[in-house]
Parts: sequence; structure tokens; C-alpha cells
Amino acid sequence: MSVLVFADNSEGKFKKNAFEVTSYGKKVAEMTQTNLVVLTINANNVSELANYGAEKILKVNNDQLKDFNAKAYADVIKQAAEKEDADIVIIDASSNGIYLAPMAAVNLEAGYASNAVELPSSVSPFVIKRKAFSSKAFNNTEIKTANKVIGLSKNSFGLIENSVSATEEDFAPTLSDDDFKITSKSVERATGKVTIADADIVVSGGRGLKGPDNWGMLEELADVLGAATACSKPVSDLGWRPHSEHVGQTGKPVSSNLYVALGISGAIQHLAGVNSSKVKVVINTDPEAPFFKAADYGIVGDAFEVVPKLTEKLKEFKANQ
Amino acid sequence: MKILVCISHVPDTTSKINFTDDNSKFDSNGVQYVINPHDEFILTRAMWFKEKQGASITVINVGEAGSEPTLRKALAIGADDAIRVNAVPTDGFFVAKQLAEVIKDGGYDLVMAGRESLDYNGGMVPGMTASLIDYNFVNACIGIEVDGNQATVTREIDGGKEIVATELPLLIGGQKGLVEDKDLRIPNMRGIMMARKKPLQVVEPVDAEAATASINFEKPVPKSACRMVDAENLDELVDLLHNEAKVI
Ligand SMILES: Cc1cc2nc3c(=O)[nH]c(=O)nc-3n(C[C@H](O)[C@H](O)[C@H](O)COP(=O)(O)OP(=O)(O)OC[C@H]3O[C@@H](n4cnc5c(N)ncnc54)[C@H](O)[C@@H]3O)c2cc1C
Ligand SMILES: Nc1ncnc2c1ncn2[C@@H]1O[C@H](COP(=O)(O)O)[C@@H](O)[C@H]1O
Repeated sequence: MSVLVFADNSEGKFKKNAFEVTSYGKKVAEMTQTNLVVLTINANNVSELANYGAEKILKVNNDQLKDFNAKAYADVIKQAAEKEDADIVIIDASSNGIYLAPMAAVNLEAGYASNAVELPSSVSPFVIKRKAFSSKAFNNTEIKTANKVIGLSKNSFGLIENSVSATEEDFAPTLSDDDFKITSKSVERATGKVTIADADIVVSGGRGLKGPDNWGMLEELADVLGAATACSKPVSDLGWRPHSEHVGQTGKPVSSNLYVALGISGAIQHLAGVNSSKVKVVINTDPEAPFFKAADYGIVGDAFEVVPKLTEKLKEFKANQ
Repeated sequence: MKILVCISHVPDTTSKINFTDDNSKFDSNGVQYVINPHDEFILTRAMWFKEKQGASITVINVGEAGSEPTLRKALAIGADDAIRVNAVPTDGFFVAKQLAEVIKDGGYDLVMAGRESLDYNGGMVPGMTASLIDYNFVNACIGIEVDGNQATVTREIDGGKEIVATELPLLIGGQKGLVEDKDLRIPNMRGIMMARKKPLQVVEPVDAEAATASINFEKPVPKSACRMVDAENLDELVDLLHNEAKVI
């Protein structure tokens, strides 16, 4: 038996989520007293994975898999799991991960627990804690099948350095035409910008910022912090900001280390999407704004006065680092 | 085009979340149930297909009789008929098995589901269903056009979007973007009257075993009170973020 982790990459390079699922997989392998195998597809350099406990690394290099393709990737995961006799498969919660995980689960006749936030609390029976009700609660779920797929919630476990010497092995899965019935036509990605999905820090603006022309100060603050920019739903509905920045229950989920909310009231649907961020800072003129109840640090004040000053303070702080 | 819209029936997004029976059951007391918000977007997009290109729309829910008002609401918005698979939706895999069976029988060209249900946030049913019946599957859809047998679908990816081409039969997991909030249909009086006469078929579930089971629920540990910082004392905030929270 073994534990199989799928470590996804973006244009050949691993991001934090790949190291997080590897760190997590290593612990699960220890709990189940088996070995960890990490599967990679068209990655440039896999050696970094060994810093997080990857004892064995399977390398798939295949031009057909250059564009992400959920069905083909799920098929590769199945074949790797069978080859390695893996009964536990761990997948990240990136847009690709949540797309392919349910397909991989059906392929492997495995029960699937998405949004896992911790190590299994027991392995027999296999019980794992997951986010539910948009982070308003957790559900302890038992996976009853012999094979198991775990979807690890982003930024819930963190990285654990654990240097091992890894064996690398080439792996050539068998692909069929059936795997490629969806073809990629174009990919549009904001370049040079931190994305909400990858960001450690997110700076977000609400209707309290009054209009699209006032986003300059928010962007400056985000720049100093190396943060991604986001907004509340009405802001994107009004067309002040692109829909891709809408966060919350019906928008993108945020699970950053720091979330800074400017002029956002903190409606329940907004909080549902940002509650899993670790530290929240709220700047709002209204001391009664519900967001203060969910925040760690709060400033009652006018964003138009506070934000430029805060940006200056942070610049000074960064300069002295 | 035959379209099946999968609707999950969830607590209203403002509901207080509580549990009973030693935290093993969701407390539905006083909870208002609604069409899963993501599913509202797919239903309106289905209506556009119907109006612009011609399509029949069946809505389906796997659930107990209590979810019928939700199906009736979908009928009032404009779906032609409804199916309720009479079973407790125990887990994503069980629901997917039920949907797969109905889809196989009904021969739907396009099956539309939501990105996730806002109760368990599983994000499981669409991908599992597609795999069970070998339909093409695109998740996190924010745009879809169908021309004959060909579909062009836009999906949201981290930091951007991807356009893919594929063929029917197709199953999508959709969300806002397919249509916008301002486009969402709400039932009008005429729709509500008509919905009463539209067929709502109740079918019995097929044998299937859930792959997972809910053991119990936990509430997040209550937050300690928010630490207020004076707007004139931003050095303190920077210091707290650096030394206490350790996030900068
Ligand atoms: C089904 C459903 C799903 C939803 N999904 C989402 C979602 O995913 N994401 C989301 O965000 N919302 C969502 N909503 C909407 C949500 O209920 C709120 O309406 C919305 O979050 C409010 O946005 P806001 O805080 O920007 O605006 P408002 O509620 O108008 O708040 C503006 C805030 O700015 C403050 N303010 C004003 N001037 C200043 C100033 N100069 N400086 C500082 N502060 C100032 C005010 O005191 C106020 O608190 C959803 C609603 C429904 C019904
Ligand atoms: N019980 C159900 N009946 C019908 N469709 C469902 C049901 N549960 C989930 N779905 C569909 O699957 C989507 C994703 O749900 P989930 O996998 O539960 O997060 C929903 O938006 C619905 O379209």
C-alpha cells in the first residue's frame, strides 16, 4: 500500500499547493505506515518535492498532456495509483484539482472527501474533518470505501519541511483518444499579477469605496503588501471591478493568511467566502459593521484617510526589513 | 436540445447553522430552503437556450418530498417538467448514481449542474455523474455556447479563464458568469400558476451505496474579540500584523 499525492504545476513550476499536499501526504503515509509517492505531470524539476517528504516521485512527461485536461489527468492518476498500489490519493483544491478529483474518485471506485482541513482523525474507520456550510461549520466524514480520495483545502495544513532523498522514476501512462474529447482553445491569465487563489495576502474593497475611480489607493496598498486585489459582490455587479475579483459565497473563496477589507460591511454571504482566511483586518466608518465581529484587527475610520496613511507606514516598515 | 438542470435544495444563505442529536444532524428548524444559488445561474442560462435556440428543460432533484417547492419554483421560472428521485441525498456519490441513471434513460444532450452546493460544498456531484456515464465534463463554467453538436465552453481557472471546445453530450458544473445577477429569472404570477400544472414525476431511487457518511458536525471555535486600533495609530497595526499575527 502507499499514499499517492498529485502535485500539480503551472508551466512546469510547482506552486505552494504542490508542497502543501506533499507535506500532508507525508503525514498521512506516516499515520498509515506506508510510503508516499508523488505524481507529477510535465514538471521541469521535481527535486524540490523531496524537501517536503516525497520519497518517491513519478514523472510523467508527455506532450499530449501539455494542456491541462481533467479526464486525461484523472486517468493518469488512476493508473499511477494502481501501479503503486495506493489506496489513498490526495489532490489539492486548485481549480484543476477540484475539477479532476471527483473524476479520479469514480475511476478508482473511491469515496471522495473534498475540503479536508486536517489530517484524518482516525484511519480505521477513516474519518476526516471537512469544511461545510461555507465554513460556518465542519463536518467529520467517514470514507467507507477501500480506496479514498482526499481534496485538501487550500492553506489549511501549511508546509512542513522534511528533507528526504527521493527516488525519481519515469512513468508512461497509457492514454486513449477518449481522454482528449475536450480541447483547449485559449488560456487567458493575468500576467504579473498575484492571483486570489495563490495570494498569501488579499486586499478587498466594498461599496464603501464609492466608485471605480477610488481603487488606486487599494491597488497601492496591495502593491506594498504583494497582495491580490478582490471585491465584494455588489462592486463587481456594478461593474466597478471585474467579476474575477468577486469573492464570497457565490464568488471565489479566499483562504489567504491575511485578508484586508476596506468599506465592506461583512454580510453573511461575504464572510462565508472569506472566513477561512487566517487573519482579517477591517477598515470601516461604521463601528457597528458586522465585519468587526469576524475580524481580528479593526479600525473605525474613513478608508479614504486611513488607507493612504497605512500604505505609507507599510512602505516604511518594508524599507526597514 | 434536451437539457437536464440539476437542482440542489439548500438552506438559505442567511440561515443560522445549528445541529441537533449530539451534533449529528443539521437542525432544519426554522430554516428556509432555496434553490442552490449556483443552480439559479444555470437554470437561467438553460432558459436562454430554450428561448434563443429551442430546448426542452427538465429539472431534477434527488431528495425527499420537502424539496418539491424548490422544483416547483424552477418550473415557475420556466422549466418544462421536473423529476424528483425520492431518496435522502446521503452523499455526493449516491446522488451522482441516481442522476446517472436518469440521464442514461432520458438521453439528455446537455446536463447542467452547479459548481457546488452551498450546504456541504462538496463539488462532487457533477464530476462524478459525468464520469459514471462517460459524458464530457467541464467544471466552473462561466460561459457556454452550443452549435449543433459542438460546444464552446469557458471555464474559470486560477487567475484567469480557459476556453475549451467539446461535443455534446456534455455535463457542466456552472456558476455566475453563465449569466449575471441582473439576468436571474424570478417566478412571476403567471409562471407560478402554470407551474402547478406542469408534470413533476417522482421516481424511486436505484440501489446504490453511499461512499461516505457524515459522523457529526463541529462549529468553528468562537473568535476572540476583534482588537480595535485607533485610526491615528497605524504604527500599532503594522506592529501587530508583524509581531503578533506574523502575517507581514
Ligand atoms: C444568494 C446571495 C449570495 C451572495 N453572495 C455574495 C458573495 O459571494 N460575496 C459578497 O460580497 N456578497 C454576496 N452577497 C451580497 C451580500 O449580502 C451583501 O449585499 C454584500 O456583501 C455587501 O457588499 P458591501 O459590503 O461591499 O456593501 P455594503 O453592504 O453597502 O457595505 C458598505 C460598507 O462600507 C462602509 N463604508 C462606507 N463608506 C466608507 C468609507 N469612506 N470608509 C470605510 N468604510 C466605509 C459602510 O459602513 C458599509 O459597512 C450575496 C447575497 C445573496 C442574497
Ligand atoms: N440532491 C441533488 N439533486 C440534484 N442535483 C444535485 C443534488 N446535489 C447536488 N446536485 C447538483 O450538483 C451540484 C454540485 O453539488 P455538490 O456536489 O453537492 O456540491 C449542484 O449545484 C447541483 O447542480
